Amino acid sequence: MKPISIAATAPHAEAGPQPPLSIRGMTVSYGQSPVVFSVDAAFPEGSMTAIIGPNGAGKSTLLKATLGILRPLSGTVTVHARPLNDQRHRIAYVPQRASVDWDFPTTVLDVVLMGLSRELGLLWPVRSRHRQKVLDCLARVGMAEFADRQIGQLSGGQQQRVFLARALAQDADLYVLDEPFAGVDAATEKAIIAVLKTLKAEGKTVIAVHHDLSTVVDYFDRVLILNIRKIAEGTVAEAFTETNLQAAYGGRLATAQMGALG
Amino acid sequence: MSGAEFVPLSLTPLLIGVFAAIGCALPGNFLVLRRQALIGDAISHVVLPGIVLAFLVTGAITTWPMMIGAGGAALLSVLLIEAIRRLGRIEPGAAMGVVFTTMFAGGVLLLERTDTSSVHLDVEHALMGNLESLIWLDARGWGSLLDPVALAGLPPELTRMALTCLGVAAFIRLFWRPLKISTFDEGFAQVIGMRTGLIGISLVGVSAMAAVAAFDAVGSIIVIAMFICPPAAARLMTNRLAAQVGWSVAFATFAAVLGYVLAGYGPLWLGARDSVSAAGMIATVSGLILAVAALFGPARGGQQA
Repeated sequence: MKPISIAATAPHAEAGPQPPLSIRGMTVSYGQSPVVFSVDAAFPEGSMTAIIGPNGAGKSTLLKATLGILRPLSGTVTVHARPLNDQRHRIAYVPQRASVDWDFPTTVLDVVLMGLSRELGLLWPVRSRHRQKVLDCLARVGMAEFADRQIGQLSGGQQQRVFLARALAQDADLYVLDEPFAGVDAATEKAIIAVLKTLKAEGKTVIAVHHDLSTVVDYFDRVLILNIRKIAEGTVAEAFTETNLQAAYGGRLATAQMGALG
Repeated sequence: MSGAEFVPLSLTPLLIGVFAAIGCALPGNFLVLRRQALIGDAISHVVLPGIVLAFLVTGAITTWPMMIGAGGAALLSVLLIEAIRRLGRIEPGAAMGVVFTTMFAGGVLLLERTDTSSVHLDVEHALMGNLESLIWLDARGWGSLLDPVALAGLPPELTRMALTCLGVAAFIRLFWRPLKISTFDEGFAQVIGMRTGLIGISLVGVSAMAAVAAFDAVGSIIVIAMFICPPAAARLMTNRLAAQVGWSVAFATFAAVLGYVLAGYGPLWLGARDSVSAAGMIATVSGLILAVAALFGPARGGQQA
């Protein structure tokens, strides 16, 4: 196991632009033992990072604590070198699909409209330009013709695309996705990765919790390997190595999966 | 029935029943969707010790101390439920069950040990209320609705319940979007900067307000029934939240009117001589509406997956 770096003393004076998202000393605990321990990470602008690690490694927890959904024991988060609370409008979060009740009485259009909450405020009426924007975002994920469907009538992949469309409607520059490819069909996976790659090409920053090691190299340019502690962080070429993966997954990594390293 | 009989004897209880039903059904929509429907049940039970304590302190059945006592008890119960849930790591339903049965039982004991025989404060009243007694003696007919002298004699419960209902409706309308978003997807709501904790507590607070006002007028049976039955039945009628809330108001109104009429005249039609409790009948009708919606509602069945 790697020694723990003391987060507080880490130099903060690196030259160059501040990263869109930077995490220092993040520690989260649900009870006695920490589920995320002293994680430092920085996500450079225009990068696309996969957060990988075994089940129970704290990947989703790290995201939730970073975005303020969970209260960490310690840790600081800066977004473009400023506190998270000033910068929330620049972040689009796509939760795990299974985290919401899809039987909720609402339509696809309404869910994507939630992405415009900031603009609509409490009482501003929804105008045709808002509706048009929602339809444009749905078209980008190939779901325009489903706008009036009740969300419970969609397949898992379609639900995931609706969530991505809602994130697109937010016009953010940092996209944080929790397992966007979990339980989706192949067509949806293709559609989602195409959208994410377009976002990256536009200079936006993408971070996703990811499970399928075989697609890491194709989909992402950076990885953060996690198993409660940070195991490695860097470009796919530097960090996505057999040594690091063995350190994170231990014996749980099948030889077949290692073959994917290429 | 003539106006001279209907207006003084039936109009005000009917209106109070309708306002109580709507005031509880409106927040009930969100409570049911948040799987918190039992909180209405909890609140309507826990207000009993608060009301009894207020009576002990003031020695009289006066409205405001009792409302404050009820509100205090409701607040205490919400805090206790949260504390038990977090410290004991118990699921919320169980925590509510423990708190509301304990506090209600405490209220019943307190009531038994104090001399409340001279006033109309007893367990039956707490459960059923006494809707039939909220009559408007100053009224002489429909014309009294325009007569300021007669209007001054309106039962205060009517004004209070109407204002509460209006306040609840205003809260739901004003915070419609945050309520909807945080109910559907709390994590997303938090990330866009919504104060989801505050929204949740406000919803429970507004529900408590409705429950306390309705409890005072019509007893806890209606409160429990109206928090759950009209919204649950409405959910089975539509897949749109706004339409669901509309249906729930319609069902609540229908249950209140039909329940009141059936309680008053149903037994007579069947050849009996007495009438039955309006609150009990309203709650029964709301349960029957739910049963019918469960059997025939167009949106039942939910997600196919």
